Amino acid sequence: MSSTGAVTVPRLHPKARLQHDDVRGRDVLLYPEGLVALNATGVAILELCDGTRSLAEIVATLERLYATGGLERDVATFLEGLAAKGLVTYGP
Amino acid sequence: MDLKPLWLLAELTYKCPLQCPYCSNPLDFAGARFKRELSTEQWCRVFREAKALGVLQLGLSGGEPTLRPDLEELVRTAHGLGLYTSLITSAYRLTKERLAALKEAGLDHVQISVQGADAELSDEIAGTASYRDKIAAYHYTRELGFPLTVNAVLHRRNLHQVEGLIRLAESLGAERIELANTQFYGWALHNRDALMPTKAQLDAAWQVVLRERARLGTRLEIVWVLPDYHGQFPKPCMGGWGRAYMTVTPAGEVWPCHAAGRITTLTFENVRDRPLGWIWEHSDAFTRFRGDAWMPEPCRSCPRKAQDFGGCRCQAFLVAGDAGATDPVCSLSPHRHLIDEAIARVEAAEERPAELTYRAAPASRALAAKG
Repeated sequence: MSSTGAVTVPRLHPKARLQHDDVRGRDVLLYPEGLVALNATGVAILELCDGTRSLAEIVATLERLYATGGLERDVATFLEGLAAKGLVTYGP
Repeated sequence: MDLKPLWLLAELTYKCPLQCPYCSNPLDFAGARFKRELSTEQWCRVFREAKALGVLQLGLSGGEPTLRPDLEELVRTAHGLGLYTSLITSAYRLTKERLAALKEAGLDHVQISVQGADAELSDEIAGTASYRDKIAAYHYTRELGFPLTVNAVLHRRNLHQVEGLIRLAESLGAERIELANTQFYGWALHNRDALMPTKAQLDAAWQVVLRERARLGTRLEIVWVLPDYHGQFPKPCMGGWGRAYMTVTPAGEVWPCHAAGRITTLTFENVRDRPLGWIWEHSDAFTRFRGDAWMPEPCRSCPRKAQDFGGCRCQAFLVAGDAGATDPVCSLSPHRHLIDEAIARVEAAEERPAELTYRAAPASRALAAKG
């Protein structure tokens, strides 16, 4: 968890844009020459990556929203996957 | 039918101040077929119909798309529809004010070509002094907060500069560099003997790419478009014919890829006459090679057919003379010897590469007249 510690703030890279794909009934993340299809949870996570919330705050918000616990690993893994594509960055 | 397009390449004009000898535009771009450009209204209708069909990614290309005075309006319409819009430009005489206006209109991403890693080679290959404008535009793009792709087409005269090209993109703060080995269609096929690299050149450049990818990680994405002549199997061209991609030409013809217009055995429809959805679903050009029922052997019984879709139809037409043949670059194709002979000619002529024909209107008209 070195790069995604609780105090780090994940941000959606400015090159990426959330977009509803009404023809296929899904949400997607669009970026130069590509796209990633998202499920509802993915969209909920990314909407919280606004550059003001820490990973811990994002997890806490989602756990309240879904009335569940233990989401930290799933959220961190999802964001790591996008970070590997350069679509999410981490800052202080 | 459940296939829906994701990508639309809008070739807004074939006018271009550059004269790159590997241009993917048709050899007869200056002819009557491409003269009557679509109006602003017609393009906006194409974008609306494309979005309704499922398109999410829009490329605004050419020729040189910034020559269209209505580019801002086209971008504004595309952005309003939710399309992720990329401008694919040479950046010749592109000002910061124009880029700012395009940003304000909702443009998402800018791709600027460069023909070499320094002014001397870049201007020589472009046939027009343009390197200085490109470097200025790269900086404007970054200052305005656009994501930036640097695009370089690679061939025997600039492959030795791959490291320089990557360092240039890195120093500009680009997100991506697309190192596109020349694909032999259009002007590139006409200039094939002069442009095709040697195997040794390709191997050396690939080693640089591997090393630089390891050094740069996610800081700079390095896209390497494979030189398919030197591969064993064909590329999965366009992700399969009529599966995800369409090109609209300046005069409104709709093609399954930006080279398909050369295939004389297909009939192409025009957005002036038909809705885009009808063309995607029913036109001869889109349905002829969709799926795998058209495939001959060795594709038909090949386990790779779901992976490479039989390769490229344009290459089959241009090299083997039959758009319905297996891509001749495939090692299993009965026409593979035609590719091997072209490679052997280049390897043998290593010291004396052939002359280049630059892409320009007079050359285009002369070639069209010759047929």
